[in-house]
Amino acid sequence: MKIYVPLDSAAVSLGADAVADAIVAEAAARKIDVQVIRNGSRGMVWLEPLVEIETDQGRVGFSNVDASQAGALLDGKLSSLGNVEDIPFFARQTRLTFARCGVIDPLDLDDYQAHGGLTGLRRAAAMTQDDIVAEVTASGLRGRGGAGFPTGIKWKTVSDAQADQKYIVCNADEGDSGTFADRMIMEGDPFSLIEGIAIAGLGVGATKGYVYLRSEYPVAIRVMRAAVDAARQGGVLGADVLGSGRAFDMEIRVGAGAYVCGEETALLNSLEGKRGTVRAKPPLPALEGFLGRPTVVNNVISLASVPVIFEKGADHYASFGVGRSRGTVTLQIAGNVKQGGLFETGFGLPLGELVNDIAGGTASGRPVKAVQVGGPLGAYMPVSKFDTPLGYEEFDQNGGLIGHAGLVVFDDSADMLQMARFAMEFCAVESCGKCTPCRIGAVRGVETIDRIAQGDADAIPLLTDLCDTMKDGSLCALGGFTPFPVMSALTHFPDDFPAFKEAAE
Amino acid sequence: MSITTVPNQSDMVDLISSHLDLEGPLLPILHALQHAYGYIPAAANALIADALNITKAEVHGVISFYHDFRENPAGKHVIKICRAEACQSVGGTALAQDTLKKLGLDWHQTSANGAITIEPVYCLGLCACAPAVMVDDQLLGRVDGAKMDAVLKELGA
Repeated sequence: MKIYVPLDSAAVSLGADAVADAIVAEAAARKIDVQVIRNGSRGMVWLEPLVEIETDQGRVGFSNVDASQAGALLDGKLSSLGNVEDIPFFARQTRLTFARCGVIDPLDLDDYQAHGGLTGLRRAAAMTQDDIVAEVTASGLRGRGGAGFPTGIKWKTVSDAQADQKYIVCNADEGDSGTFADRMIMEGDPFSLIEGIAIAGLGVGATKGYVYLRSEYPVAIRVMRAAVDAARQGGVLGADVLGSGRAFDMEIRVGAGAYVCGEETALLNSLEGKRGTVRAKPPLPALEGFLGRPTVVNNVISLASVPVIFEKGADHYASFGVGRSRGTVTLQIAGNVKQGGLFETGFGLPLGELVNDIAGGTASGRPVKAVQVGGPLGAYMPVSKFDTPLGYEEFDQNGGLIGHAGLVVFDDSADMLQMARFAMEFCAVESCGKCTPCRIGAVRGVETIDRIAQGDADAIPLLTDLCDTMKDGSLCALGGFTPFPVMSALTHFPDDFPAFKEAAE
Repeated sequence: MSITTVPNQSDMVDLISSHLDLEGPLLPILHALQHAYGYIPAAANALIADALNITKAEVHGVISFYHDFRENPAGKHVIKICRAEACQSVGGTALAQDTLKKLGLDWHQTSANGAITIEPVYCLGLCACAPAVMVDDQLLGRVDGAKMDAVLKELGA
């Protein structure tokens, strides 16, 4: 009997390790032959630990399993959810990037290949650099880390650059609250990321890759390191990638708890062993990146989406989506929701459908007040903006940003002045200190919001002016985008700002 | 937490040397030192500077930039409570404040008996099963007051 117990951090944080141990112990006591496989998460986090038993009718799921229930599970006394792939939250997704996550044993290269893995890399290994870059360009893939920059254009810049050494750097410093897609794919299907990085290497002529992985993700670090070793042993990485005669290898590097290192130039400095301060651009990292060499810096989800583009073709990938947002978006639904987790779908779904229908509204049962989309630098979207379709341009036109596609839902008990204050406080804690608008502005921002809280109406135009300065004058998105949550809170939820109310009265 | 062997100069030199073939070895060196000793011993600073041909000021600048690196030993256990938005949306702020109050500590402080150091963390990626806490290397999701009390008791707060 095959039983799947996720090794995903979310499942582990809810007791999955103890469940796996208990199943092994109870099976031994019953003299039943059980193979426990530690898979990734299916992304239905509200059901975790979600244990699956393989049957003739597919994989049958059991939700919120506790270690004390292991015996009952083996005795067939636990009530099941039926086939996990029939659960509506799962069934209505379009899983391209996450097709294997939760399905396979993340560290079994044979299992990976049996589910379509390495097909993309084999195809890419037979293509020229130009053809590889053209394929990515045709897919319409844009940077999933937040900026939405076309991946093909970035790759072409690096491919055209002349240098003795080029690098692929994978940005796995997923620090935005409400986001966990990078973590999930690294824990649940690490080979897809490794394959994507290897394809990028072949595409631009780089022979060395780095994954800069945040220290707050101990499980992802362990799984990725083991996967890189397995990929090297399997001939996926090394001097002769899959027998192509081309070399590519990679290393996992661990961050040290600085949010700003998710910014690509700060990340490169950190990788070089420096303080994680932001670099002025130009020069672009594509031309002068890691150690001054041409470097592709891509987010985990961007790179993990590359294998399926080469497996199924750029046209297939581009056939999903809306407008200039092609392919799928790996949404992360978090915060105060009934059904939180990872939901992969073509771009274009309206925000409200996601929050009310797919996520099932708030966990508290109270009305939704705001949804922060895109992490701590994303705008708080009010319910009145719920018809906004999930797309880069569509969100931009509505005063928001998709960012890394995380959604944090708040019910009506949220105090939006406090959320605005927190955004400034966070920016002050995490500012790298290089540019004045961010370093000083964030501190002044906290003070100014405290004045507003005390009823000082004069502080409101000051805050607005400060946000303009930070937006226009900051070197990177930390200082530049902190005004998004602050101003959206002020604009959409004026009732939470006492001085604002007084001024209006 | 790995607490703590007394730092010995030749051990530290060996540990530093074993990373010198890496491109950009400083962060891996600092992580290795902290893993070995629980903090980065002051005596390591000059050794690193010497090995990497940078100044001691540069080494100090890097150590002090990153939240993870400590220049003094922490308590026996480190509790990190997530302060970020997703955890706030389901009561994370109250959980953090109550915990600090129970321990009589502020962020980054260590309890008088040396059992617990308490620190903020900004996102553990457990945003769909918040509030989230990390105790040493162990992740905990959906933490409420009762779960936190059990943790504190177990750690000898």
